[in-house]
Amino acid sequence: MQVMAQAQTVSAAPRAKGLWWRDVIGIMLIVICGAAGYWLFPDNLALLTRIVAVALLVLSIDLIVGYCGVATLGQAALFGAGAYAAGIACVNGVTEPMTLIAIGALAGATAGLVMGAIMLRAHGLAQLVLSIAIVQLFHEAANKASAYTGGSDGLAGLMVSPLFGIFEFDLWGKTAYLMGFALLLLVFILLKFIVASPFGMLCRGIKQDPVRIRAMGAFVFPVLLKMFVISGAVAGMGGALAAISTQVVGLDSVSFELSANALVMLVLGGLGTLYGALIGTIIFMGFEHMVSAINPFHWMTMVGALLIAVVLAAPGGLTSLAEKLRGGKA
Amino acid sequence: MSDLFRVENLSKSFGGLAVSRNISLSMAEGERLALIGPNGAGKTTFVNLVTGQIKPSAGRVVLNGEDVTQLGAVRRVRKGLVRTFQVTRLFSELTPEEHVTLTVLQREGKASRILSRFRGNSAVADEVHDILATLGLLEVARRKVGQIAYGQQRLLEIAIALALKPKVLLLDEPAAGVPSADTPRIEQALERLPPSLAVLMIEHDMDLVFRFAKRVVVLAAGGIIFEGLPSEVAADPKVREAYLGNYANARSVA
Amino acid sequence: MQTILSIAIDALAFGMVLFIICIGLSLTMGLMRVVNLAHGAFAMIAGYIASYAARDLGLGYAVAIFLAIIGTIIISIPLERFLYRRIYGSPELTQVLMTIGITFCVIGITNYFFGPTLKTIPLPQALSQPIDVGFRTIAAHRLFVIACGAVVAGGLWYLIERTSFGIKLRATVDNAAMSDALGVRTQVVYAISFAIAIGLAALGGVVGAEFLPIEPYYALRYMVTFLVVVSVGGAGSIPGAVIACLLLGFIDTTGRYLMPEFGNFFFYAAVILIVCLFPRGFLGRAQ
Repeated sequence: MQVMAQAQTVSAAPRAKGLWWRDVIGIMLIVICGAAGYWLFPDNLALLTRIVAVALLVLSIDLIVGYCGVATLGQAALFGAGAYAAGIACVNGVTEPMTLIAIGALAGATAGLVMGAIMLRAHGLAQLVLSIAIVQLFHEAANKASAYTGGSDGLAGLMVSPLFGIFEFDLWGKTAYLMGFALLLLVFILLKFIVASPFGMLCRGIKQDPVRIRAMGAFVFPVLLKMFVISGAVAGMGGALAAISTQVVGLDSVSFELSANALVMLVLGGLGTLYGALIGTIIFMGFEHMVSAINPFHWMTMVGALLIAVVLAAPGGLTSLAEKLRGGKA
Repeated sequence: MSDLFRVENLSKSFGGLAVSRNISLSMAEGERLALIGPNGAGKTTFVNLVTGQIKPSAGRVVLNGEDVTQLGAVRRVRKGLVRTFQVTRLFSELTPEEHVTLTVLQREGKASRILSRFRGNSAVADEVHDILATLGLLEVARRKVGQIAYGQQRLLEIAIALALKPKVLLLDEPAAGVPSADTPRIEQALERLPPSLAVLMIEHDMDLVFRFAKRVVVLAAGGIIFEGLPSEVAADPKVREAYLGNYANARSVA
Repeated sequence: MQTILSIAIDALAFGMVLFIICIGLSLTMGLMRVVNLAHGAFAMIAGYIASYAARDLGLGYAVAIFLAIIGTIIISIPLERFLYRRIYGSPELTQVLMTIGITFCVIGITNYFFGPTLKTIPLPQALSQPIDVGFRTIAAHRLFVIACGAVVAGGLWYLIERTSFGIKLRATVDNAAMSDALGVRTQVVYAISFAIAIGLAALGGVVGAEFLPIEPYYALRYMVTFLVVVSVGGAGSIPGAVIACLLLGFIDTTGRYLMPEFGNFFFYAAVILIVCLFPRGFLGRAQ
């Protein structure tokens, strides 16, 4: 028995190490992609920064949908909360970029707390409808409070001071891109730790069977609420980054359309891996940029057809494909 | 007050339909009790009432002298009142090792930590290893639960329950659906349960019941109709009627 | 008094438009358990067909409505057969994605053919005049819409409660597997119900064009409204849908009249409150 147990421990160890190395390689690939974007598309850095900001939003959805199994079509409420908080702070004299990001994260986390507390009261369709109603309510509130938010004209004229007092936010968006990319990388690594923690495992358990989790003696609601707060902070940082880099916050940053698009990006890339969120965002927004320029309606047809294809080709969405691949490798 | 666990006049009705009527029973530390009864007798409902999945219409559940009737399912688990499920409820994408690790971490209050590693605690890892070894699950410890045999899934149900260090364990048909060739492994696991643990087992397999339990309670139509030694149960006319209908007593007269 | 009355009439008419469109969605969601976000897309297709028939071909209003309903149902048949049947019983996320996909495709394709402009459906003379009801005048179109809503509600009630198809439908809603075993051809029941639902969406899309204008992003713009109405009323319940439509129609219209600067704020605030209090909708079935 003892010998067998020894063999088990020994055989298990390299596997865990292999997973660890896979993440290191993955993160290195992200760095390479980020650097390649910087060198290859110096004229499109504004778009790339936008992709980074939306990638943070999509990552935040993955935390809730992919890891907790809570379907949401209202995540832009958290993104918009961060964007408006940073924007309003900036207009009122807080111009240090890292502080603005922190303000965005805080606002997003607070909005996540509220959203989670409301959404987690319901299940299924009612939950989905609540998520939509919340983002619409945020949208109307932002529109109404035009004294603070600029209403439908948007909140314009954000003057952000140089990063660390040295790096100006230049016309080409170099500083914004590099700052955004560093932020994304940091958040990604942090999230990788979070989803690999006991808390992350608890969430995966809740996604599969909350009754079992309760029978293990763990409360479900506080765990999910915590994830909503973390998710809100991530989305809020994305919003703040978008505000800083474009120097304007529009009503579209807190819209149902953005929420739905971000969910589509996540599903195209694959749920529950964090990598899928990045891949989906890049592919979606890259193609959107190219095709939309020709005709926005062609773009809608394309995305629609792609979504239908994903659902039909892999009846659990890309999730099942991704898991099949992972299962094959393991 | 020597009882570790006591149920008093527990009743539940849905609408006008009484599914549990005035159930009272008590268990001492280390007791092995079997709860049997025909299909639809309300056995699983009883487990759900005791563990807090559903709220009783009347009655009390007392654990260690403390009334836990008003507590929810989670708090009862934390007090040591633990169950397994008749149809296994496991996470098909996780491994047995992950199931038990998560359970042990939860018991220690470390399951919702964000910035620690899931396998970072060697004391936990040792305990998980011991539990899996006791139940003979080591060779499948790192396989996804969806890919292991059903008998092993049933053993994992017990492993999770044990990882909670319960005082009272309710086993809801631990051998249901297991191929007969694997039943001995389940039985072996049951024999190895900690001696001080009070175990209430629901089971249809009478051989298993008679070998395991020192006392048997029979439930029919939501109420207790028999309580006594395993050797007496088969001869009881009420039990015979519950299982076989009036037909049984007619036959026994003839 | 004048204001109150005109708000009431508008609210009632708007509520009826919502009802005609949403009752089909409510039935399919109650019956087939499909979160069909593309429901509004069918109303939009009908609006485009009716606009083309009435404005470009110069056909009558009644003919345009008829063509729109028939045309939309014909378009929906292959979609039901090849796409929707695959997602009956799938997780909500899958259904949401598939039906968003269908919505995007409908928007993209419709605009490819008809161009990205607002489509009007000219009303016939009789409906565009005000009608004198003694103490004041009311737009005839409002009365027409309210009448349509009443006819749809009554017709559906009769269909479901008084016909043999209704019995099969209710049996299938209760327990599809059992009905199948009892010889009800559930696939046929599904297909017919789906066609009825689409037909009603088409009718609502055309007669409701005064309230919900037919424009390129119609399917996306009102997707949320329709879904919200159904979940507030409770999927599968006709009385629930009536209550939800009238209540939400009232809240929305009153809000627009009295506090236009708040937009849909009160609408969504009410929705959050109602869904929190009644997670299955007013008259939804217990799960």
